[in-house]
Amino acid sequence: MNGLDPRVADALARLPDYLGQHVVISVTALLLGLALSLPLAVLATRRERLRWPLLAFASLIQTIPGLALLALFYPLLLGLSALTESLFGKGFSALGFLPSVLALTLYSMLPVLRNTVTGIEGIDPAVKAASLGVGMTSRQSLWMVELPLALPVIMAGIRTSAVWVIGTATLSTPVGQTSLGNYIFAGLQTQNWVSVLFGCVAAALLALVVDQLLALVETGVAARKRLRIVAGAIGLLLVLAAALVPGLSRPAATYTIGTKTFTEQYILASLIQDRLRANGLSAARRDGLGSTVIFNALASGEIDAYVDYSGTIWANHMRRTEIRSRDEVLNELRLWLKRERGIEMLGALGFENAYALAMRRDRAETLGIRTIEDLAARSSQLAIGGDYEFFDRPEWATLRTAYGLTFRQRRQMDSTFMYGAVVNGEVDVISAFSSDGRVARFDLLVLEDPKRALPPYDAVLLLSPGRADDQALRRSLKPLVGTIDVALMREANLRADRDQDKETPAQAARWLWEKIKENE
Amino acid sequence: MDTPAAAIEFSNIIKRFGASPADAGEVIALDGISLTVPAREFLVIVGPSGSGKTTLLRLINRLSEPSGGTVRFAGEDVRKIDPIELRRRIGYVFQGIGLFPHMTVAENVAITPRLLGWDRDRRATRADELLNLVRLSPADYRNRFPRELSGGERQRVGVARAIAAKPMVVLMDEPFGALDPLTRDALGQDYRRLHEELGLTTVMITHDILEALMLADRIAVLQQGRLIEQGTPKKLMAAAETDYVRELMQMPRTQATRLQKLMDEQ
Repeated sequence: MNGLDPRVADALARLPDYLGQHVVISVTALLLGLALSLPLAVLATRRERLRWPLLAFASLIQTIPGLALLALFYPLLLGLSALTESLFGKGFSALGFLPSVLALTLYSMLPVLRNTVTGIEGIDPAVKAASLGVGMTSRQSLWMVELPLALPVIMAGIRTSAVWVIGTATLSTPVGQTSLGNYIFAGLQTQNWVSVLFGCVAAALLALVVDQLLALVETGVAARKRLRIVAGAIGLLLVLAAALVPGLSRPAATYTIGTKTFTEQYILASLIQDRLRANGLSAARRDGLGSTVIFNALASGEIDAYVDYSGTIWANHMRRTEIRSRDEVLNELRLWLKRERGIEMLGALGFENAYALAMRRDRAETLGIRTIEDLAARSSQLAIGGDYEFFDRPEWATLRTAYGLTFRQRRQMDSTFMYGAVVNGEVDVISAFSSDGRVARFDLLVLEDPKRALPPYDAVLLLSPGRADDQALRRSLKPLVGTIDVALMREANLRADRDQDKETPAQAARWLWEKIKENE
Repeated sequence: MDTPAAAIEFSNIIKRFGASPADAGEVIALDGISLTVPAREFLVIVGPSGSGKTTLLRLINRLSEPSGGTVRFAGEDVRKIDPIELRRRIGYVFQGIGLFPHMTVAENVAITPRLLGWDRDRRATRADELLNLVRLSPADYRNRFPRELSGGERQRVGVARAIAAKPMVVLMDEPFGALDPLTRDALGQDYRRLHEELGLTTVMITHDILEALMLADRIAVLQQGRLIEQGTPKKLMAAAETDYVRELMQMPRTQATRLQKLMDEQ
C-alpha cells in the first residue's frame, strides 16, 4: 500500500470486516422483514380491518429516528435476556447483532407492506373477478394471479427497503454492531474526514449496487425475462459472497477490545491490541459503544477489556456523589467492581481525563493565576466558556460553591469553538478535558484544584469477569499500568486530532508505545 | 336422456343490499324472481341498467348469495355444492373479459383444466382445440399475451376459456359489449354455432336488443329487480304484454323504418 494516504490504507484494511458485517445485518434484516411484511400485507388485503392499523404502525416506526430505534432495542433485549436467564438459565447477547437486526427489520417493513397492499389492490377488478369465476380458491388466486401481477410493485418496495436498510445499518455502530458506520462514527470523533467520507461512500456504493441488481430483477419480472432475473440474482449472490468470504477466512480473534466514541479510546484500544499481538494473542475491536453499553458488555463478557474512567463508574454505576482523592476512589472502585460485577481492575494508566478549567498560559501568568483558588479572586471580571453540558453538570455546581466562583459572563458553545474562543481571548477560562490534545496544542494551562472539588477521572484498564485470571492477558497489559502521564496522553491525542500531519489512532498508539518504552 | 330438463332454476329469488332490513339505505336488487332455464336453451336477459341482470347471473355460480329463495343447478340446490367446484363446472364470460395479463393465450384458455388437475399435454391439446373452435389459429396465437390481441381476439379467447373444461352451462355478462359492430355480429354468430354444436345451456346478458333477438331461444326482461316478461323473440315481438317490452321489441323495427325513410328521401 505504498503511496497511499495512511488514513485510506487504514480504512481499506478494515473494509473486509466492516463491509462483511454490514452486509450480514442488512441481509438478515431484509429477509426477516420480507418474511414478516409479505404475509402481513396479504392479510391486510384479505381483512379490510387490519389494513389501517398495520400501515399506521409501520409508518409510526418510520417516524422514530433510526438511532433512537436501535438504542431502544438495547434495554429491551437486556431485560428479555435477564428474563430468559432466570427462566431457562441461559441469556443471550443484548448487544450488537440482535438489536441492530431487529430495529432494521422493523425499519424495512413499511415500503414492502405498502407496495404489496397497493400492488394487490391495484389489480384490474375484471381480472380479480375472472380469477374467482374460473374457479380459483382464494389461495390459488393469490399465488397464480394477484402476487404475479403485483410483483413489479412489490419489487419496487423491496428496492426502497433495501436502500433504506443499507443506509440505516450504519447507525448500528453505537449499539455495538460493527458496520460501515464504524468509519463514520470514529471519523467524526477524531475529525478524520477521510474516514467519514470512506464510510459514506462505501455505504452509498453498496446501496447503489444492490439497488441496481434488484432493479434488474424487477424489470426481468415485469417483462418476464428469465435471463435478467437470473443475472440480477447471480449479481446479488456475488455481492454477498464478496462481502462475506474475506471475513470468514480470517481466524476468529481470541479477545475483543471495546471503545467509547472518542479519539483517546481508539488510541488506547490500538495500544492494547498491539500489546496483545506482540505477545502472540489476537484481538478484535468493538468500536464506538455508548458509556452504559460498554460497561454492561464488559460485565457480561461480550468484550474482554476496555479503558474507563474512575469518575464515570463512581457516579454512574456506584451512584456516589461525594468527592474523594484519586487513590481513595481507585481503591473503592477496585473492590466494588470485583464484588458487585466480578470485573477486574488491572490498574490505572496514570493520567486523568477529567473536567478541568483551562486558560491561556500567558493570560494566566499576567493575572497571576495558577489554581482555581487564584481564579476565584479575579472571576468577577472574567468570562467563562463551557460546552453545552458543563454548566448543567454536578461538577460545575460543586466547583462554584467550593470556590465561590462568580463570572462576569458565561457562554455556552460547541467544544470545537471553545478552544478557539479562549485562544482568541473571547473568553478567559474554559471547561476542558484534562487529557484533550488541544490543551497541548494551544499550550493551555490547566488550573490546579487544591480543594479537590472536581472528582477524579483516572483512566483504568478493566478486564471482564471471565478474563480476570487470564494470565496471558494480564502479562500483556500489565506493562501499560501507571506508564501514561497526562502530558503524554495529550500529545498522543493531539497527533490523531490535529489537522496537519494527522495520524491514525493506530499510528498514535505506536508513537505512544515508543514513548512508554523510552520512559522506562 | 339423464340430463334433467332444467339446467338452472330460480325460485322466488330475493336479493337485498344493505346492512339490515331496517336500514333506510337498503336496496332491493331482485324482488321475487322465478325463472327456469331448460338444458340446451339459449336464454338472453335484457333490461335497463340497474335492473338486476348481473346480480341474477352471479347467483348461479355463487359469486353472490341470495337473501331469499333457492337457485338450483342441474336440479341441485347450489348451497349444497362447493362454490369452487361449482364455478369450475360453469363457464363464465366477463363484461371486462378479464384475461390474465401475465399468462399466454394458451395458459389463459387452459386455466380451469389446470385447476382441475389436467396434465400439461392434455391442457396443450385442449387449448389448441379450443382456439380452433373460436377460429383463432393455434400456431399464431397460443404463445401471445393478451396485450398483443385486438378486442375481438381477446373476447374469442375469453369464450374459449369459458368452455375449456367442457361445462354444461355458460354464463355471459355483456360479452361483446365493447366490440365494434362487425366484430360483434361475427362473434355472436360464431358463439351461437358453438352453443349448438356443444349442446350448451347459455345465459347471456346484453343491452343490445337486436343481438338478443338474433341469438336467443328465449328472452327474459328484467325491470327494477322483477321479471316483467319472458318468451321467444317471436312471441315478444308479436304480443308483448307491457308497454316497456313492446317499445323495446319494436325498437329495431322502428329504427329500420326510419333508416328506410332516410334512404328514400335522398
